[in-house]
Amino acid sequence: MQLDSLYQEIILDHYRSPHHAGLADPYDVEVHHVNPSCGDEVTLRVELDGDTVKGVTHDSVGCSISQAATSVMSDLVVGKPVAEGMATYEKFLELMQGRGNVEPDEEVLEDGVAFAGVAQFPARVKCALLGWSAWRDATAQALAANQGVNNA
Amino acid sequence: MTDARTFSSPLDLQSVRADFPILSRELAGGFPLVYLDSANSSQKPRQVVQAIEDHYLIHNANVARAMHQLGAEATAAYEGGRDKVAAFIGAPNRDEIVFTKNASEALNLAAHTLGASLKPGDVVVVSEMEHHSNIVPWQLACERTGATLKWFGVTEDGRLDLSNIEELLTENTKVVALTWVSNALGTINPISDIAAKAHAVGATVVVDASQAVPQFPVDVSTLGADLLVFTGHKVVGPTGIGVLWGRYELLASLPPFLGGGEMIEVVRMTGSTYAPPPARFEAGTPPIAQAVGLGAAVDYLSGIGMDKIAAHEHAIVEYALEGLKTVPGLTLLGPTDATDHGGAISFALDGVHPHDVSTVLDTRGIAVRAGHHCARPVHERFGMQSSTRASFYLYTTPEEVDALVDGLGFVRSFFKVD
Repeated sequence: MQLDSLYQEIILDHYRSPHHAGLADPYDVEVHHVNPSCGDEVTLRVELDGDTVKGVTHDSVGCSISQAATSVMSDLVVGKPVAEGMATYEKFLELMQGRGNVEPDEEVLEDGVAFAGVAQFPARVKCALLGWSAWRDATAQALAANQGVNNA
Repeated sequence: MTDARTFSSPLDLQSVRADFPILSRELAGGFPLVYLDSANSSQKPRQVVQAIEDHYLIHNANVARAMHQLGAEATAAYEGGRDKVAAFIGAPNRDEIVFTKNASEALNLAAHTLGASLKPGDVVVVSEMEHHSNIVPWQLACERTGATLKWFGVTEDGRLDLSNIEELLTENTKVVALTWVSNALGTINPISDIAAKAHAVGATVVVDASQAVPQFPVDVSTLGADLLVFTGHKVVGPTGIGVLWGRYELLASLPPFLGGGEMIEVVRMTGSTYAPPPARFEAGTPPIAQAVGLGAAVDYLSGIGMDKIAAHEHAIVEYALEGLKTVPGLTLLGPTDATDHGGAISFALDGVHPHDVSTVLDTRGIAVRAGHHCARPVHERFGMQSSTRASFYLYTTPEEVDALVDGLGFVRSFFKVD
């Protein structure tokens, strides 16, 4: 097992100084997601502007992989259309489930390519996906709420 | 490193380890397995696996209801497991041993059946250092009945806080459910003393002995507990079987838990009557091969001697505590000396999350547990979200503890926390 492929310098950098950390106002939806088997927790806020992700902030406790993945995820989705963020998630998920056989697309995943090594540590894949699951949940809720407003 | 510190065990570790083939495994990168996760699940000796294999290959049939020769052999094997377990924990009567699927089911059985007579105003007392399986079933029982859940706190040094025991144990207290040995802190609790006080107010005492029965001699006839549970896979036995021991008169007074085959006396469409214990609590086809394996497991441990195993555990814990104290930035969770300390030690390492500690150790063949160990409240008590836990058993060597201490040094240098 290649330790350096798991703990790439990019991951450790994001872990030490996570981007978009610290919950900020205003926001549309706040969610709290946990990894019950290990206890990692993330509180995440999403603010949408129409179909664009205007802001994501988070406050989390957990391992280097989950913290860094949440940081990288925030970079990848902020300022982008929701649909593009969701497509990026699909790419990231494919990488995580690829058991090391998927070549990551740096154009799409940017710093997320650093997580390619995580796919070889099955126990840690859920760490890399925690922030993503929180963002997807919060964004879906925010979209549904906006939909409700538009229909009213 | 071993020479620099003293270590003395009554066990012949080389011969014990020879019974556990898995311990000679090599893991990725050519590292030998260093298995320090026995509080999670113990490894199995050849003798246990062979007993299960013989049962399936030669004697297999259903028990009790099968009237043929194999049925008689399977029944004798299953009930033989009950006899062995009864003798192992000093149960005065073999019918006091109920087989369940695991310790969690045994605790749920206790909470359901004792819970059947709870009512608003009644109090159930647990502690802040319980495994989730000795918290949640009681929370559910209290929700169903309107009873109130209260708990003993934990002191700064990881012991049960008994300073408010008079407030917790009153005539309203119906159940006191406590762990004997904490799976997270390693603390060994003074069960007999607390049981005497609980009995004085008329409460029933339930003991989670999941981490106790594997580690030292247990005699339920003198302990003071009314119900006691443990699980097979932590005593070098198979998964899929747990044990509930109960005083016979108490078991006989409790309602059934799960309904089904073999737990009945007479079934009529208008209502049924129930078998006496232990059958009342063993609905459906029981864990037959697992009972055979558990019987072989307790025979194996008795053959070595539980007093010797306890002495070994104590020696290895003492040795590990000394070693861990030399690691800079390491904080022990729970008691920091080996007195009344079971075979699990949890700790935090400054600047490195437990999952990262465990992953880095794993790449060197060292298996530990990271997380809240199903004991979130006690982590919260110490302001922690999770910890790393090393746990030991009769096959653990001081060299493996040295590998852990060295491995933690490597973790620190890898994450540059020096």
